[in-house]
Amino acid sequence: MIELKQIRKAFNQGRPNEFWALNGIDLSIEAKKVTAFQGPSGSGKTTLLTIVGCLARPTSGRVRLAEDDISGLPERFLTDIRRSTFGFVFQQFNLIKGLSALENVMLPAFPTGRPHRELRSHAESLLDRLKLAHRREARVEWLSGGEQQRVAIARALVNDPKVLIADEPTANLDTALSREFMGILESLNAEGRTVILTSHDPLVVESAAVHRVVSMRDGQLTED
Amino acid sequence: MNAWIEKQRHLIDFTLASLARRRTKNLGLLLVYTLLVFVLASVALYTHALRQEAAQVLKQSPEIVLQRMVAGRHDLIPPGYLEKIGRIRGVQAIEGRLWGYYYDPVVKANYTFMAPVAEAVRPGTLVVGPAVARSRGLAPGNTISFRAYSGKLFAFTVAGVLPHASELVSADLVLMSEADFRAFFEYPAGHHTDIALSVANPQEVRNVAAKLAAALPDSRPILREEVLRTYASIFDWREGIVLALLSAAIFAFAILAWEKASGLSAEEKREIGILKAIGWETGDVIKMKLWEGGLISLSAFLLGFVAAYIQVFRFGAPLFEPVLKGWAVLYPRFELVPAIDGLQVATLFFFTVFPYMAAVLVPIWRAAITDPDAAMRS
Repeated sequence: MIELKQIRKAFNQGRPNEFWALNGIDLSIEAKKVTAFQGPSGSGKTTLLTIVGCLARPTSGRVRLAEDDISGLPERFLTDIRRSTFGFVFQQFNLIKGLSALENVMLPAFPTGRPHRELRSHAESLLDRLKLAHRREARVEWLSGGEQQRVAIARALVNDPKVLIADEPTANLDTALSREFMGILESLNAEGRTVILTSHDPLVVESAAVHRVVSMRDGQLTED
Repeated sequence: MNAWIEKQRHLIDFTLASLARRRTKNLGLLLVYTLLVFVLASVALYTHALRQEAAQVLKQSPEIVLQRMVAGRHDLIPPGYLEKIGRIRGVQAIEGRLWGYYYDPVVKANYTFMAPVAEAVRPGTLVVGPAVARSRGLAPGNTISFRAYSGKLFAFTVAGVLPHASELVSADLVLMSEADFRAFFEYPAGHHTDIALSVANPQEVRNVAAKLAAALPDSRPILREEVLRTYASIFDWREGIVLALLSAAIFAFAILAWEKASGLSAEEKREIGILKAIGWETGDVIKMKLWEGGLISLSAFLLGFVAAYIQVFRFGAPLFEPVLKGWAVLYPRFELVPAIDGLQVATLFFFTVFPYMAAVLVPIWRAAITDPDAAMRS
């Protein structure tokens, strides 16, 4: 589904502090599977995830999404693809403070112009599914860590994406909540969604829910 | 089209929620901004209404007033001048006027005494202006006495008080009969203060004035349009003075508003990053912020303008009245007729709303074009 060819990514290119985060990545990510990137801090996991999720462009190399080359597309088109194809769950959840759980879930769909009533009921059903119906009007800063993560998952799903991307999803959760997250992940995958995540948590990478673990070090793949 | 409307609705919903989240900052901004519009709009509305009022009142005055000059000073019109003018084509009526100033030591104010030609005032009676009636507590039927410059005491009965509508120009007026006027000021018989000429065709006024200047070289014709222009420039000058006096405060407010509007907190920058990461385009973020700026600046403009309108036309502009109206012991008390100049409103709108939108837009644009992967790294 997603193919990466000779992906290289530099930060501060041409400056004295130039740094290559990715150094020639060749990778094919299968659709409807759970793929995890693992590796130490600074190995390039998150950078790779941003390129796969169209949050950033590679400095060189090709990215193909369902046979289409998307590496050279302008920002506008990348945003369209990002909105319709990918849902993101960030390490720090990145919810907007001061807004309710429901408003946060609805946010990614605002630019689509989807009718308000329809969008609201869809967001409510997502929160309901993630057992947060009773907290939908609560401001996100009043929610527990586990609840915040479930709001972030609901937000990632609101545009009904084919691919869910999660960056270190269990880094801020205890064991019980981490297991709960893996359960949710499994059910989403069972629906036919592709899941790509980064983690160095054994509970994640050794989980039966993860179909493939890709290891990284110094911006390169080490083993599959 | 429906999707576009829904999208704008979502953006406005989010904007309102954002404004509510940063309530203190936004209310402060709204307050400062409203105050700025209020001050500017008050001055503009008041001076415009004054100009309109003066023009309205002077519409009734004669097109030309002829004054005789001696050594560059205004002097009495001697007998025979009316005849000397004779018949000039285009002049509808010529009349010799009698008027002068009287200082009333009781209220330490100057009155304008006048013997009207058109309205007959019975000898021994007076018709007084509204401010005179107020300051001396006069009502029709009361008796009042004035000591003439000759030292003689004259007693009059008040026959009436002039209507409130003309107060801007009749506040200090005292009307009396010609005989009383001449006796009070010991005005020589046959002499007049000046001569008023009515000219029907406005195109002819300058020709008539030129003929008058040629026929009576020692006299000076004063045109109504010149008086109007003088009034207009007096009010313009006062408007300028007020704005100059307030300029420091206006600048301070403007800088504060600019600071508040253009300063983007780390939290706001982070939010923009998140919005971009979850699928908002740069254009969506800018549109949302435009709605935000538009809502604040339009609300401030409307609130400030309406408050200024109420202050000026409902309460008589108590904040700026002394400077804009001028100084006098006998203040005319009048209600301004609400008058709004479209161009003035447009100018005010342009100079208040436009800079604000620019102040909001530039930093947002800079923040909105940052890469969406920043959210991943925060």
